[in-house]
Amino acid sequence: MPHDHHDDHPHSLLPSDPALRVKALETILTRKGLVDPAALDAIIDTYENRIGPKNGAEVVARAWSDEGFRAALLSDATATVRELGYYGRQGEHMVAVENTPETHNMVVCTLCSCYPWPLLGIPPAWYKSDGYRARAVREPRRVLAEFGVRLPEEMAIRVWDSTAEVRYLVIPMRPEGTEGMDREALAQLVTRNSMIGTGLAKVPA
Amino acid sequence: MTRAHDMGGRYGYGAIHPDGEDEPVFHEDWHARAAALTLAAGALGQWNIDMSRHTRECLSVRDYSSFSYYEKWIAALADLLVETSVLTTDELKGEAAEGRHALSYSALRAEAVPEVLAKGSPYTRPGRVAPHFTEGQAVRLRRHPENTHVEGGHTRLPAYAAGARGRILRLHGIHVLPDTSAHGLGDQAEPLYAVAIPAVELWQMPEHPNDEVVLDLWQSYLEPA
Repeated sequence: MPHDHHDDHPHSLLPSDPALRVKALETILTRKGLVDPAALDAIIDTYENRIGPKNGAEVVARAWSDEGFRAALLSDATATVRELGYYGRQGEHMVAVENTPETHNMVVCTLCSCYPWPLLGIPPAWYKSDGYRARAVREPRRVLAEFGVRLPEEMAIRVWDSTAEVRYLVIPMRPEGTEGMDREALAQLVTRNSMIGTGLAKVPA
Repeated sequence: MTRAHDMGGRYGYGAIHPDGEDEPVFHEDWHARAAALTLAAGALGQWNIDMSRHTRECLSVRDYSSFSYYEKWIAALADLLVETSVLTTDELKGEAAEGRHALSYSALRAEAVPEVLAKGSPYTRPGRVAPHFTEGQAVRLRRHPENTHVEGGHTRLPAYAAGARGRILRLHGIHVLPDTSAHGLGDQAEPLYAVAIPAVELWQMPEHPNDEVVLDLWQSYLEPA
């Protein structure tokens, strides 16, 4: 390496239709005993049904309702969320950043698609899109407007470009009118986008 | 200079169309298979995350721009399997003899999936390199967003921030250096910092005077400012 080829990358030996290409590679690897199709099913089940934004929402609701937890989360997110069982691939080093009336936080990965999997699952399509990767760092306010978010003029934006193996979770501001709500009810207000910083927590109906 | 994947700040993209919160995790069955196949093949232990990223980045500019997200993954996986000699090109063409592979003993089994996904693989290492910078210190990013070990090699210094001035927000710890790890040159772990850079330092026409971009940067990407 580096290995710049043009049209002679090995992948061009596989069918060009993407679904057929995946199928062909899965078949080759399975026949050689390198991949167990049941393991693929288990991986897919994990990220479709078990690991997703509900995990992150629980963390945020706890931070909103337990000052000790909030302080621990801000000082060592990895250890703190691990105690709730949230750790693993693409979440080995986590940092929580808190929105305040002065600063709004927003997360992007301009170089690929880094995202805190144990807390939020697999990133949505828009997070992985070229447009979000290109624009979030240069014009976050225009990007936020496309998500229906308008921030007060005096509020600064801090965009976190995930260029290493550190994964960021945004703690959105707790909405007004939520005093007295229990943790489960609070978690219902925490959207996936609010934990990426392209949304705000929902206001209770 | 960098490669097609280094998109931060680039012009030429339209509006973002956020899907709803309830969109499916995988929009097509083959997306799910591509993602799972990549994770399962990674468990064979023949490459690390930096090699895997670099292989995606080494797709030709034309492929990188025209392939959808999981097309990039599957193309890079095929390339990586051949590059690491797990498969031959004949095997990829389906023209080789059948039979179990010497690495089949290390294939990820379904019953091991929860444990493997939950285990992760930390990227911090016991520190041999002492941190040079302290919180709040002014730093300048290296001018060339290029690998200093391998020409055209992997790096995590985005072009839009190269040469910019910022300040150290925090030390994350001593982390594996992707620039060497991607090329089989070892972990060469270094202090990794969150560095805040004012938007006015990065863009001709920033949206707001107080906005900042924070990047995670290794010590060798930085110099005192």
